[in-house]
Amino acid sequence: MSGGSAPGTGHTYSVPELQAIAKDLRRDIIQTIYTAGSGHPGGSLSELEILIALYFRVMRYDPENPGWPDRDRFILSKGHASPGFYAVLSRAGFFPREELATFRQLNSRIQGHAHPMTPGVEMNSGSLGMGLSFALGCALAARLDKKDYMVYALLGDGECDEGEVWEAAMSAAHHKATNLVAIVDRNRIQNDRFTDDVMTLDPLDRKWQNFGWRVMQTDGHNLDELLGTFERARTRRTRPTVIIAHTVKGKGVSFMENNPGFHGRAPNAEEFQKAMEELA
Amino acid sequence: MVAQRKMASTRQIYGETLLEMADSFPDLVVLGGDLNVSVFTHLWRDKYPERFFDFGPAEQNLVGVGAGLAASGKVPFVSTFSVFGVGRPFDQLRVLVSQPGLNFKLVCTHAGILTGEDGMSAHGIEDLSLICSLPSFTVISPADTVETVQAVKTAASEDGPFYIRLSRAATPVVHEDDYQFELGKAELMREGNDVTIIATGVMVSVSLDAAEMLEAQGLQARVLNVHTLKPVDEEAIVAAARETGAVVSAEEHYFHGGLGSIVAQVVGGNHPVPVEMVALQGYSESAKAEELMVKCGLTAEKVKDAALKAVSRKQ
Ligand SMILES: Cc1ncc(C[n+]2csc(CCOP(=O)(O)OP(=O)(O)O)c2C)c(N)n1
Ligand SMILES: [Mg+2]
Repeated sequence: MSGGSAPGTGHTYSVPELQAIAKDLRRDIIQTIYTAGSGHPGGSLSELEILIALYFRVMRYDPENPGWPDRDRFILSKGHASPGFYAVLSRAGFFPREELATFRQLNSRIQGHAHPMTPGVEMNSGSLGMGLSFALGCALAARLDKKDYMVYALLGDGECDEGEVWEAAMSAAHHKATNLVAIVDRNRIQNDRFTDDVMTLDPLDRKWQNFGWRVMQTDGHNLDELLGTFERARTRRTRPTVIIAHTVKGKGVSFMENNPGFHGRAPNAEEFQKAMEELA
Repeated sequence: MVAQRKMASTRQIYGETLLEMADSFPDLVVLGGDLNVSVFTHLWRDKYPERFFDFGPAEQNLVGVGAGLAASGKVPFVSTFSVFGVGRPFDQLRVLVSQPGLNFKLVCTHAGILTGEDGMSAHGIEDLSLICSLPSFTVISPADTVETVQAVKTAASEDGPFYIRLSRAATPVVHEDDYQFELGKAELMREGNDVTIIATGVMVSVSLDAAEMLEAQGLQARVLNVHTLKPVDEEAIVAAARETGAVVSAEEHYFHGGLGSIVAQVVGGNHPVPVEMVALQGYSESAKAEELMVKCGLTAEKVKDAALKAVSRKQ
């Protein structure tokens, strides 16, 4: 629980404690997808440390009051990576951990792609390319309401093929949305194949720069580095900021790492056992 | 025989109505896509620059940002031409606006063939079909400026996604100034028991003229103004079918998925009687709006013929 306008959630976890949380939540992700029999493990595992840094150190919010007007906003644009998001939201207190077992099932509050029916979810998702526009709307609302909250939007790297991402990038710089931070989960894999084989994105940093953004790069799994980068992103803001987070798709499960085959399929029984052993 | 009516621009009155609402709706913001002079939101832009945002001709982002503003408690009025505001960002309207049911107002001008000389790519003849297919949207197609003012104010006051369809050309004014718009309630414009003409938008005026022609032939036509296409006034349509035994729909929109489809659905599902449709049969071309209305068969003469045909099909 956080209060007032002080930055931070009130969480004071150390980096080793955050790393321990990451380990727990990797198991939750695999368990959630295995129980459902479908879902997207690759991008859920690659985004995890980014979300942990945000929810357990960087952002201010109140899980008892998800609509708190002063909250920092997090927008998951790559909505297929919902299992990672749900694992973090439940750990942060937005809903009970047992509900993860209802993922993708009838009458559940936790949908295949993130939807605002889940406490803590701001935006409906599942169609790539939309989150940065939506986040810009939230950022402009803060200006109109004279509030000082930050808006964080997480995009996939394959998602950056969508034209709307660049419409949003251009307009966020034009409208001087200095309270907007985009994070690109640069895991170098999209739905079918490696991003380099589907659509060349590099030089990705220069693209953002030329659209008027301040660009930062970080190891997207190193929590120390992530916290430092988010801290820098909050200071000396004269433009919107993008953090290109270099990650490994499927991070933490040897046979999922860097494997396009685990973008969007659940592990079978044998793979599940092996994954859980590796994450024990 | 055909009434002379004052002509007035629904898009201009839209821009003026926004200004009127600025103080009473402090959360109202206006978003545009580089067509603000044409849609008359430049009036707002120049008066309330801090509550106005331009996104250029980039409509996916335009709708996406509007959705983010709506989710943050603002009341975004998003305006451009109907072809650009509905067609291009359809997926954003579906996923970001309709599915969560956000308080988002899309007001598009230059709908239909009344857009005229710019030709078929500029004629929004599919917008009603597309937007009516989105479950959360309320859809209004005003008949004139008087109705437009009230429709816009209603959209601002009511929660949820709204679409309002306006024209480029000035259109005939069919309402007195004291007219009371009622969301979701068809307006009975003329009583009659031989046939009912159910019209929307500019075709309300055309249908009133057709009713005059029918009267000269001894037939009393009821005329209903269905300004709200969704949720539609089923009761009024079923009553018309039951009481007059034959129905004509009239719209300046493609025949598929617009008013005619809605009327046929309601009549067929409740009280089947003959239904004739006056609507666009396909793409049109560059020409003056009035010329296109004639070439496409959106005339009082054609509505009258359709009514006679519907009557002749009565059992
Ligand atoms: C508009 C749209 N087109 C296609 C898809 C299908 N799709 C789902 S995930 C995906 C690839 C996403 O890759 P990336 O953004 O790199 O995600 P990550 O690697 O983080 O999982 C695609 C093409 C979609 N969800 N939305
Ligand atoms: Mg990727």
